[in-house]
Amino acid sequence: MTARKEKIVLPLIAVLLGFVLGSLIVILTGRSPLSMYAAIVKGFSGIDIVNGQPINTRYIGEFIIQAMPIILTGLSFAFASRTGLFSIGAEGQLMVGSIAATTVALLLQAPKAVHLPLVLLAGILGGALWGAIPGFLKARYNVHEVVVTIMMNYIALHFNNFVILHIFGSFDRVKTAPFPETALLKSPFLESITRQSRLNWGFIPVILAVVIFSFIINKTTFGYSLRAVGYNKEAARCAGMRVSRNIVASMAIAGAFAGLAGAVITVGTFNFGRVIQAAEGYGFDGIAVALVGGNEATGILLAGLLFGGLKAAQPLMQSQGIPREIAGIIQASIVLFVAMKFGIKMILDKFERKQAPTTEGDRV
Amino acid sequence: MSYIVEMLHITKDFPGIRANDDITLQIEERSIHALLGENGAGKSTLMSILFGLYQPDSGSIRVRGKEVKISDPNVATSLGIGMVHQHFKLVHNFTVTENIILGMEPHRGPVLDIRAAEQKVAEISKLYGLAVDPRAKIEDISVSMQQRVEILKMLYRDAEILIFDEPTAVLTPQEIHELMQIMRRLVEEGKTILLITHKLKEIKAVADICTVLRRGKLVSTVPVADTDEERMAEMMVGRQVSFHVDKTPARPGDELLRIEELNVKNLKGVLGVKNLSLTVHAGEVLGLCGIDGNGQAELVYAITGLTKVESGKIFLKDKDITHLSIKERADLGLGHIPEDRQKYGLVLDFTLGENFIIHNYYEKPFASHGVLRKKAILDNARRLIQEFDVRSGQGALTPTRAMSGGNQQKAIVAREIDRSPDVFVVVQPTRGLDVGAIEYIHKRIIEERDKNKAILLVSLELDEIMDISDRIAVICNGEIVGTVDAAATNENELGLMMSGALRKTHSEAQA
Repeated sequence: MTARKEKIVLPLIAVLLGFVLGSLIVILTGRSPLSMYAAIVKGFSGIDIVNGQPINTRYIGEFIIQAMPIILTGLSFAFASRTGLFSIGAEGQLMVGSIAATTVALLLQAPKAVHLPLVLLAGILGGALWGAIPGFLKARYNVHEVVVTIMMNYIALHFNNFVILHIFGSFDRVKTAPFPETALLKSPFLESITRQSRLNWGFIPVILAVVIFSFIINKTTFGYSLRAVGYNKEAARCAGMRVSRNIVASMAIAGAFAGLAGAVITVGTFNFGRVIQAAEGYGFDGIAVALVGGNEATGILLAGLLFGGLKAAQPLMQSQGIPREIAGIIQASIVLFVAMKFGIKMILDKFERKQAPTTEGDRV
Repeated sequence: MSYIVEMLHITKDFPGIRANDDITLQIEERSIHALLGENGAGKSTLMSILFGLYQPDSGSIRVRGKEVKISDPNVATSLGIGMVHQHFKLVHNFTVTENIILGMEPHRGPVLDIRAAEQKVAEISKLYGLAVDPRAKIEDISVSMQQRVEILKMLYRDAEILIFDEPTAVLTPQEIHELMQIMRRLVEEGKTILLITHKLKEIKAVADICTVLRRGKLVSTVPVADTDEERMAEMMVGRQVSFHVDKTPARPGDELLRIEELNVKNLKGVLGVKNLSLTVHAGEVLGLCGIDGNGQAELVYAITGLTKVESGKIFLKDKDITHLSIKERADLGLGHIPEDRQKYGLVLDFTLGENFIIHNYYEKPFASHGVLRKKAILDNARRLIQEFDVRSGQGALTPTRAMSGGNQQKAIVAREIDRSPDVFVVVQPTRGLDVGAIEYIHKRIIEERDKNKAILLVSLELDEIMDISDRIAVICNGEIVGTVDAAATNENELGLMMSGALRKTHSEAQA
């Protein structure tokens, strides 16, 4: 199998195995896996197989809403990962992005054409700043980024709640005052074509982010140097690249993607700043999305849509009498099977009766 | 004499290439049988098949006359086949004995019986004259001792057929001599040795029979006594090879690299380079020779900027570069072929084309306005691949990791020579390469010299140092113990200086 083919086939097999495992668990609970699949189909398209209803755009809108932030946090994780960093910080960067977006949304008065872009930009910058800190600590003092990003997630969480409650003030101790219309991604048009779902213009920055990710990584000299550092820091250094600067830049850009996710949630899905009780899992979902998507832009987009759809299907599964946790189990096992890709590859190779594809070419 | 191992009509295909094409190899018991071939000739594949790492597509293997199927290395071990790999597989903070018994620990009840093992190791060591201390820790013993531990590992497992994969690559001339004695002793005691190498001198010195492979095909099997180095080289490469590097006398010009009283700490925090002074002129090759680990690496790291210096100064074209960054040095005209190709030289997960542009990826023609230009990168790769005969399955798009070591080496050399730096630090440029490639690379280095570049050649191969250097500096224990005219010295003198037994002062040498 060629490397390229492998990159497509292996995640697909992992997804398939994830569903197989999920089905087995449903069977163990004494339910029919068919009703689970019916719920999942409905979650993605609104098609109700059981009652024979056609496509319902509302469901499509809702599942895209679920997918948007985790595609962005997926890009965030993947970007750091391509530079050889393991960033767990998307969650916190997302929260800081969300505070920054909230701030600009509440304090600035401007026409929509100015206000909304500034809100998104604030989210991006907030996330970038939060990401740059562990990057700097890593580059300068060699502090491990995993530890720093995890801790900074907690700081972000409490900082968020502190800002919402004590700086902006909250009459119900849950949320800020509503944002002005000019700061929102909301779109009556998108709502109307998706039967009043929460779908909003947020998907445009998400798609842009996917394109920009791919462009930076694959096409630019900057991406080239990031990848060089990620694959082999010493060789990059020996070739004269500025490794430390690349680490900081990479973490900042990773943070920017997550910060944008925060802004998109804050002014898209909601229209107010929120107190967050505990981490909402966007960060970890992002890691899963990036792993399944093979750290490639297109893969992350597809994996994000898949996981978003599974999330959207959860309440539907529950209404079918299937534990909603099954969707989580399927997600987790897909990631698990992706992590087991070497094992899957070995089995496939045996199946193909070919030997050692890693040593193809002229290693003789 | 009977054949102990027979590999009959072995054919092995990899995607896009036939690595072994109908190769028959018959090995006599109690002989030293050399397997000679260029990089990519199929030696390693053939040995990997014998050791059970690959399965042949067709052909059969007989051991002691019986047909066998070697499906994995455990089967090979049980048939008495053992292998000393080029890169040792030892646990560094374990003792010699602990490493040897790993995987087959002797025990009394549930308790590890290390005493018995130590005794057995000591016995074997004595029998074959290996002189290994069973209780020494691996990290405390020299590379040649570590190699002996690998040999002991095979003997401990009762191996009868010993495969040595490029065993002398890591050894000094004296150690090579000792290894050859050990090999002869092993044969005297009834073992059979298969020696993979491309060093003709060693084959001539130690082997009984030599099988030559070229591009996956068997060229010939000849008794070593009936042939000579020239003929073996010709069989291996397929054309006449000149051993002698053709070069005119150097015409040294300005001083391009000057090192003054340099002190550099090594990884252990002690001075690896002590008060070292050195100059390299335009239009000359200064060879730096010494036993491995005598400060060469620290010196090279200091010149290239990979490590900080304690004191002293480095001048490049009269500019003090002691505290400049790696990039600034490169921009001033410093080039470097690093010793450790996989750590410093290449990004293995890049394609070959990407690796070729690692220094100038941001410059025209490879990029404009921060965006890479694919066509220029591919064209560049095609040119270098052709010029330096880098063999790669998918051309510019070959993942570097999938290339053989020799071709990885060629890729680095191609990239660095192509930059044509004014001051060129060349470390072990031909390590792991065959004579054909060595000849070509030496020629290119001399060409650089003739373009009035200053070349500092650091190598553990004395032949290489003597062949292409104009002056030779000998380093011992972090100090230059002498600088001699390459035309007026010999292996013996250099050997004595390398061991620190002989000193030649600077004034004498530079006169």
